[in-house]
Amino acid sequence: MTSKNSTNWILHLYMVLFMAYLLLPLIIMGGAAFNNSRFPSIYPWVGFTDRWFIDLFNDGRLWNAFKNTILVAVAVVALAVPIGTTAAILVNSLTGRVRSVLYGFMVAPILTPGAVIGISTLLFWHKLSVPSGLHLSALGQASYISAFVMLLVLARLQSFDRGLEEAALDLGANYSQVLRRILLPHLYPAIGAGAAISFFQSIENFNTTLFTRGPYDTLTVYVFSRVRSGITPTINALALIMITVTMIIAITYEVLRRRAERRALERGMASE
Amino acid sequence: MSELLRRYGLMLTLAFMTLTALWLLVLVILPYIYLFEASFRLYLPIDDVGGPKDIYTIQNYITFFVTPIHRWVFGLTIFYSSVVTIISFIIAYPLAYYLSKVASGKMLPTLFLLLMIPMWVSEVLRSFSWFIILSLKGPLNYALLGMGLISEPIRWISGFQSVIIGLVYTYVLFMLFPLYNAIQSLDTNQIEAAQDLGSPWWRTHWRVILPHAKPGIASGSVMVFMLAAGSILVPSLLGSTTSRWFTEIIQQWMFESQDWNTGSAYAFLLLLLCTLFVSVVMRIFRVSLSDIAR
Repeated sequence: MTSKNSTNWILHLYMVLFMAYLLLPLIIMGGAAFNNSRFPSIYPWVGFTDRWFIDLFNDGRLWNAFKNTILVAVAVVALAVPIGTTAAILVNSLTGRVRSVLYGFMVAPILTPGAVIGISTLLFWHKLSVPSGLHLSALGQASYISAFVMLLVLARLQSFDRGLEEAALDLGANYSQVLRRILLPHLYPAIGAGAAISFFQSIENFNTTLFTRGPYDTLTVYVFSRVRSGITPTINALALIMITVTMIIAITYEVLRRRAERRALERGMASE
Repeated sequence: MSELLRRYGLMLTLAFMTLTALWLLVLVILPYIYLFEASFRLYLPIDDVGGPKDIYTIQNYITFFVTPIHRWVFGLTIFYSSVVTIISFIIAYPLAYYLSKVASGKMLPTLFLLLMIPMWVSEVLRSFSWFIILSLKGPLNYALLGMGLISEPIRWISGFQSVIIGLVYTYVLFMLFPLYNAIQSLDTNQIEAAQDLGSPWWRTHWRVILPHAKPGIASGSVMVFMLAAGSILVPSLLGSTTSRWFTEIIQQWMFESQDWNTGSAYAFLLLLLCTLFVSVVMRIFRVSLSDIAR
């Protein structure tokens, strides 16, 4: 027993070190946003300033890139959620060889480097005389993000009781009612998670966007070009804002999830 | 298929099939075919397109094989992506074990929340944070100087070391989560049984936990290797003049030479490499595609 406790102690320490390894770089990057020094760093500390945030706010190119990013992300969600959901329902109803071949094609884009997706999307639409631009970025991103939605919905379908659909049909429901009232409500959690993941994946995307974007900027492309062409702590200010927004969303999600869990638990107790 | 018809009727089934077909054909299969086709054509001035010079040829692939620096960079990319994959496994495994078997259930949601934060922070910012840390006048050098461990600032961003540091930091979580999922599904009684029978801790890991974690190792390795080999951001932000990555050569063809045909041949080679890696991992770990992509 003592040996087990001692190894646990080492593992606890390892966990703390790992968390520090993951989070310290982000803290350093965020902290440098307030340092009044041309080069983004937290040491030596020159003095507190908010001028990087003001610079950021007055940066027109950034706002434009931000707008483009949101536009693409919304388009990707609108494409990937219906595609991924229907693809999951379809693949779930199949068995044997057809299923595994179709499944293989569906997950292939996840295992493909983003640069390859970007270049092939660019070439294909170029052939059809469609110029590059944000619309191609959205299509290229949707090609692999749909697969994430498909996997989430497919996992959720495993816990679906097909008998419910049978019962609804026997009781005279029509087809669209079966879909809308029976199947989709069961899938909503997965669809919601899929939409959130699609949105964030799209905002994060760089590789596919780089080759398809044409002359337009997205946030990641903009930050990348800024880092290469002489950095100033405005990027740190942007990073800090993005991390803060992310954390607020993540914590809200977690609080809501715990509340839902507690409520489900209470309901379970009440019914006993 | 008849299942679908019976439950949702003809119209809805058709709608499902159309959407899925649109995705797979228009967004996935046809673009890949065009990539493949374009890689066998020559980059010609616009007047010659469709003319007698517009023929299928393997010239673009020959270019790769007769350019030693391109072959060399391709080899280095494979080598260093493998190194990144192995390092990621080594540092993720103890934590995956900790999260699935040691950490108390109460702590887990908070720990996962902390782990998710860097996941959601964009890759470009995560590489940028290491750019700051590793720079010559960055916090790492100041800290080491301050502790008296070094007397001169170290030029961290040189060669491949900073690229490796950045890639491991950016992709280690893609190793951690599949490993966690795999180890978590192992019945803790099996570990205890091994311990009760006198197995030392390392043998318990080697003979009980690692074999069970195989699908997770396979899935994590495929993701980390593919992301590392295909990374553009990390090598260009944290690389130096002595470290070149294969994606940078693809970019050169696409943007600087504007030669999309040779670019697509090189992109196809990268795709081939990743496909090969996936099939080798599937063979070695005896897992199926549905184990890897989850």
